[in-house]
Amino acid sequence: MRSTRARTTVHTLVGLLFLALMLFPVYWMINASFQPGVATVDLDWFPVHPSLEGYRNAFSSQGPNLLTSLVVAIGAVLVSLSIATPAAYALSLYRVRGAGAVMFVLLLSQMIPGIVIANALYGAYNDLGILNTTVGLILADSALGIPFSILIIQAFMRALPMSLLEAARVDGAGRIRTFFSIVLPLSRNSVITAALFSFLFAWSDFLFALTLSSSSDARPVTLGIYLFIGGYVADWGSVMATATMASLPAAVLLVIAQKYIAAGATGGAVKA
Amino acid sequence: MTSTTETPARRAMRLKEELAKWTFLAPALLFLVLFFGYPIVKNVMMSVQEYTTRTFYTGEAPWVGFDNYIAVVSSSVFGTAMLNTLLFTVGSIAGQFTIGLALAVFFKKRFPLNGVMRSLMLLPWLLPMIVSSAIWKWMLDKDSGIINEILGVVGVDAVPWLTSTNVALAAVVIVNIWLGIPFNMTILYSGLQDIPDELYEAAALDGAVGWRAFRSITWPLLRPVVSVVLILGVVYTLKVLDIILGLTDGGPANATVTLATQSYKLSFANFEFGQGAALGNILVIISLVFAVVYLRVSHAEKED
Repeated sequence: MRSTRARTTVHTLVGLLFLALMLFPVYWMINASFQPGVATVDLDWFPVHPSLEGYRNAFSSQGPNLLTSLVVAIGAVLVSLSIATPAAYALSLYRVRGAGAVMFVLLLSQMIPGIVIANALYGAYNDLGILNTTVGLILADSALGIPFSILIIQAFMRALPMSLLEAARVDGAGRIRTFFSIVLPLSRNSVITAALFSFLFAWSDFLFALTLSSSSDARPVTLGIYLFIGGYVADWGSVMATATMASLPAAVLLVIAQKYIAAGATGGAVKA
Repeated sequence: MTSTTETPARRAMRLKEELAKWTFLAPALLFLVLFFGYPIVKNVMMSVQEYTTRTFYTGEAPWVGFDNYIAVVSSSVFGTAMLNTLLFTVGSIAGQFTIGLALAVFFKKRFPLNGVMRSLMLLPWLLPMIVSSAIWKWMLDKDSGIINEILGVVGVDAVPWLTSTNVALAAVVIVNIWLGIPFNMTILYSGLQDIPDELYEAAALDGAVGWRAFRSITWPLLRPVVSVVLILGVVYTLKVLDIILGLTDGGPANATVTLATQSYKLSFANFEFGQGAALGNILVIISLVFAVVYLRVSHAEKED
């Protein structure tokens, strides 16, 4: 018994060592973000004299970009869910002919290199006059969230008991009422998961921002960071403060939607 | 469908049903057509047109046949980009998969804090890639980076990680491995969870434990999941742009240029959209080969 306990303790320690190695870059970012203007040589391994100067700098230079990112991400979530949820309902609970083909296309769409999409959208956006606009970015980023959301939500809806839907129909509820009053509330968890991932995809997007919104009119924070690190960086502490703020949604997702992340890893393609 | 003749009322009902069905599905289909279908078709067209900045002013994009493809493939960068894409992909996948599998096997053991640690391990994969680029760009900096500072303590001279043509590709591979470990670990771990414990207990009775158990039970049963992870890994790695642009911008002297970064550069730095499209299409074809294999493998797995 005692030997088992000793062994699991060793395992825990080894695990902590792996974790420390994996998360060191993240720690280094947070540590430096509280020590702006300090050269690496003089950087403390722990922010003993924390300063918020880096965050002040980050806010003054990246404030508008952070706001853009937030607006774009929330917009992309709304667009993604309002399009994906009804589609998931039709694919899973209605026997739509060609549902298999649609699934196939959804899986495939997630494998298309983004640069190809951006390349074609640039001309279209130019003609439509939505280059460098929040609306343009919201639509492009929804292309990241929609296929993923449909796959995640339909996988969940497939498991709903048909008897509930039949009961609703006997009570005279139409498809639309059934959708809003029965299916949606029951699928809440999968919808929340899809929302969180759609938010993260849009928030993290760099490619569409770089190609479709390169001016300062609608510049997400990812592009702000890229432009920051493209030249000579005098104060890494302030850049790391920006990077830390840009990492917050990922941390939130990790805390809230932990148990769904594994399903998210394969874009909903893995058997739940 | 029923073969009996329907009453008009029933028929109306059925049509209403059909209509409702498509009403739910239509917005998604429209979106897929606009944001996936259109770009792919448009790219095929652009790749056989002289599509440049001028096109945006004059609206003219003359047909040029395969000129763009010929220009792209015969360019001096193409060979480098192909080789780098191969090295970047193989190097990344080899590292991600090996370490991811080792960690998945390790975390299959039961010990305190196991679950919490596994969750925290996911963080590098959830961070915006450009954030990771920024962190590593600084950590790998020749003069002010922590990596060289640590190496200096051990007595190793400062390595010009991102500024030397000899090591830049290795540097971006290292960063991409770090990014990909959580993804590999997560999926392989869930694959390991599906292997019944009884098998290991039975094997232990025969004296097969540790490495032998891994070889005779774990590996053969994990094979389908392994295929999925590897193929998806390849498809995702082929697309990588953020990391390379953030760390090296494809440099120094094209040392880290890949098909994806070069396609971006052709279109958005040189404004040769036709050539960018041509190179992008080559990348799509390579991706699709793996994608089709993936869909077959995952389909076969569902059949089992």
